[in-house]
Amino acid sequence: MTATAAEAGRKPASMAQALNRALRDAMADDPAVHVMGEDVAELGGVFRITDGLAKEFGEERCGDTPLAEAGILGTAVGMAMYGLRPVVEMQFDAFAYPGFEQLISHVARMRNRTRGAMPLPLTIRVPYGGGIGGVEHHSDSSEAYYLATPGLQVVTPATVADAYGLLRAAIASDDPVVFLEPKRLYWSRADWSPDAPEQVAELGRAEIRRRGRSATLITYGPSLPVCLEAAEAATAEGWDLEVLDLRSLVPFDDETVCASVRRTGRAVVVHESSGFGGPGGEIAARVTERCFHHLEAPVLRVAGFDIPYPPPMLERHHLPGVDRILDTVGRLQWESDWTEGSGD
Amino acid sequence: MTVLEQRASRRSGSYWPAPPPAWRPRVDPAPLLPDAEPYRLLGTDAAGRIDAGLLTDLYAELVRGRRYNAQATALTRQGRLAVYPSSTGQEACQVAAARVLKEQDWLFPSYRDTLAAVARGLDPVQALTLLRGDWHTGYDPHEHRIAPLCTPLATQLPHAVGLAHAARLKGDDVVALALVGDGGTSEGDFHEALNFAAVWQAPVVFLVQNNGFAISVPLAKQSAAPSLAHKAVGYGMPGRLVDGNDAPALHEVLGEAVERARRGGGPTLVEALTYRIEAHTNADDATRYRTEAEVEEWREHDPIALVERELTERGLLTDDFVQRTRDGAEEMAAALRDHMNQDPALDPMDLFAHVYAEQTAQLREQETQLRAELEAEAADAGKDEEKAAKGDTAGGTARGAAGEERP
Repeated sequence: MTATAAEAGRKPASMAQALNRALRDAMADDPAVHVMGEDVAELGGVFRITDGLAKEFGEERCGDTPLAEAGILGTAVGMAMYGLRPVVEMQFDAFAYPGFEQLISHVARMRNRTRGAMPLPLTIRVPYGGGIGGVEHHSDSSEAYYLATPGLQVVTPATVADAYGLLRAAIASDDPVVFLEPKRLYWSRADWSPDAPEQVAELGRAEIRRRGRSATLITYGPSLPVCLEAAEAATAEGWDLEVLDLRSLVPFDDETVCASVRRTGRAVVVHESSGFGGPGGEIAARVTERCFHHLEAPVLRVAGFDIPYPPPMLERHHLPGVDRILDTVGRLQWESDWTEGSGD
Repeated sequence: MTVLEQRASRRSGSYWPAPPPAWRPRVDPAPLLPDAEPYRLLGTDAAGRIDAGLLTDLYAELVRGRRYNAQATALTRQGRLAVYPSSTGQEACQVAAARVLKEQDWLFPSYRDTLAAVARGLDPVQALTLLRGDWHTGYDPHEHRIAPLCTPLATQLPHAVGLAHAARLKGDDVVALALVGDGGTSEGDFHEALNFAAVWQAPVVFLVQNNGFAISVPLAKQSAAPSLAHKAVGYGMPGRLVDGNDAPALHEVLGEAVERARRGGGPTLVEALTYRIEAHTNADDATRYRTEAEVEEWREHDPIALVERELTERGLLTDDFVQRTRDGAEEMAAALRDHMNQDPALDPMDLFAHVYAEQTAQLREQETQLRAELEAEAADAGKDEEKAAKGDTAGGTARGAAGEERP
C-alpha cells in the first residue's frame, strides 16, 4: 500500500484539503463557477474549505454574501438562470433550513417547470452530521428532507478521494446537487493525489469498500468508517461483512446494492439521521422489494434515535457505534424466537 | 453620526472612559426617503410634458390589457382556465413595467403579472399555460427574457437580484425588473432580496404593486411602515412612491430607476399605489372584506380613464383612434378565445422528461410503468369500441370510449 502510494506521488491529504482542491480546480477549469456564502472569502469558510480561493480568483468569483441562507440560495438561482455555475456554502446543516423554500420551490423544479429550457447547475455544499461536539443546530443529519424532493441530487462523500471526485462531478452536473459534507471526516486523512487520473467520480454509483460474504452493511458519509471498524471487529465473531458506500442517495444505485445483498443474503442499513422517516426505511424497502427471495433475514436498520439531535455531551449515545452495529448484525441470524421476544 | 460615535454625556456620568472606536461610516448619505405623496403626472400641471406618442401607445396597451383581463376572466367561467388572478385596475403597472425594459433586460413576474409578460411580447396563450394547467411554464424564459410566473410570494425577487448580479459580473448591459405585491413585502425573501441588491449594488428594480389587499388582508394589517416605499431606506436604496394608475408617471419613475440601475447606480424600490378591482382570483369573494363604495371610488380613478382625459384634452382621442384600438383588442381576445378553446395536446411521458438532465434508473422504471398503464387503458378503450360496434348501449359506449369511467 505504502509503496504504491509513493509510486503514484501520493501524500497524506485531508478531506478538507481535497474539497478545497476540487473547488480550486473547478474554478480554474470553468470561469462560470462561482463560490459564494457567508465567510467564504477572507476567512476561507469556518472549516477552511474555501481557503485561498478569493485570493486566487478574486472576490467576484469567491465572495462573501450577507448572512441569509434564502438570499444566498435565491440569488444563486438567478445567477444559474443567467448561465453561471454557483457553488454555495450553507456553513452548517441546520443553518440551511431558512433556504428550504428556495431549494424546494425553485432549485429542485426549475428544469421541470420550464420543460428543460432552464436547467439549474447549482451545487449546495452542506456540512452535516454530528460527532464534533457541536452545540445545538450544528450536528443535524438533514439528508431525508433533501432526498424526498424530486429534482435534487443528493451526494455525500466518505473518503478523501471521493470528496474531490464527487464534488467535481457535482459542479459539472447540469442539475442541482445537495452536496453533504460529513464534517466529522473533514480532518480524516488518506494517501491521495489530485493529479492521478480518473479523479472525477460518476454521480449515482455506489462502491463496495470491503468485500464480505455474510451480510452487507449499507451506509454512507460519516458512518462509513464506523461500519468498516465494525466489519473488522465482526471477524472475531465469525462474520465476514461486506461494506457498501452509497456515495449518492439520489440517484440511487439499486444495481450495486442489490447485487451485494443477493450475494450475502443479509443487509443492515447504517446512518446517523433518525430512523423513522429516514433514508434507511427507503433503502430497506427497495432491497426487500428487489431481493426478497435472496434474503435470509429482514433488512435491519441502525440509525440515530428519533430525537432532536442531542447535546454534545450525550451525542455518543445517539450516534450509531460499532457495538450497536454488531448487536444488529447478531440479530441477522434471525432466530425464530427473536420476533416473539421483541413484543411486536 | 453612528451610535458608536456618540459620546456619553457628562451629566449622566461617563459610561465609557473613552469613545468606542469609530465604525465604518456610511459613505454615500444620498437622500433615500420617498415623497410623502405619490408621484403623479396626469391631472397635474406637469401633464403637458408627456410625449403624445407615448400617451397614445400607453392608451392602446391599457385598452388591450383590460380586454385581456376580461377575456381571461371569462375563460375561468367557461372552465378553460383553472384560475385567473386578474390585474384589472392595475394595467398601468403591468404595461409600464414591460415598456421600460430593453430587449436584453429581464422581467420577473408573479402569478398576477401575466399581462406584463404579454405586454413584453409573450404569446397570450403561452402566458396562460400555468393557469390553464397543461404545464407550469408554457414558454422558454430566454426567448423574451421573462422568468417563469412565480407563485410563492417574493421568492422571485432574489432570483432577479442574482441574475442582475451575474449579468454585471459578465459585463453585460442587463437590468432586471421584479414585480411583487403588497403582501409579498412581508415575506423574508423580500427583505433578503433588497438587502443583497443594495449590498451588491445590483442593477435591479423592485416594483411593489400595492393593490390594497393580500387576498383579504388590508395593508393596515400587513405593514406599519409609513409607506412600502419607505422600506427602501433601511437597505440603503432610494424608494419612490407613485400613483400606480397613472401610466405616464409610472413610465417615468420606472424608466428612471431602470436607467439608474443600468448606469451602475444600484437598485430602486418603487411602490405603486393601485387597486385590485376584481377579487383575488375567481375563487375569492371580495364582498366579505371590502365595500362596493370603496371599489367605486377606485373605478373613478381608473388607469384608462386617466389617460383618456389627457388625450381628450389634447384632442388626440379621435373616434377613428378609439375604434382602431378597440378592434385590435377584440382581435387579440378572439384569437386567445379560439386557442384556449382547443384542448392542448399533452404527452404524459413529459412527466419524466424534465426532472433531471440524465434520467435516473428509478424514473426510467416509473416511465415504463406509466407507459404500460396507458397501453392497457388504450387496449380497454379499443375493446369498448369493439363492443359498441357489436351494438352495446349508447350511454355505456360513450363513457367507455372517452376513457373517463372504468368498470
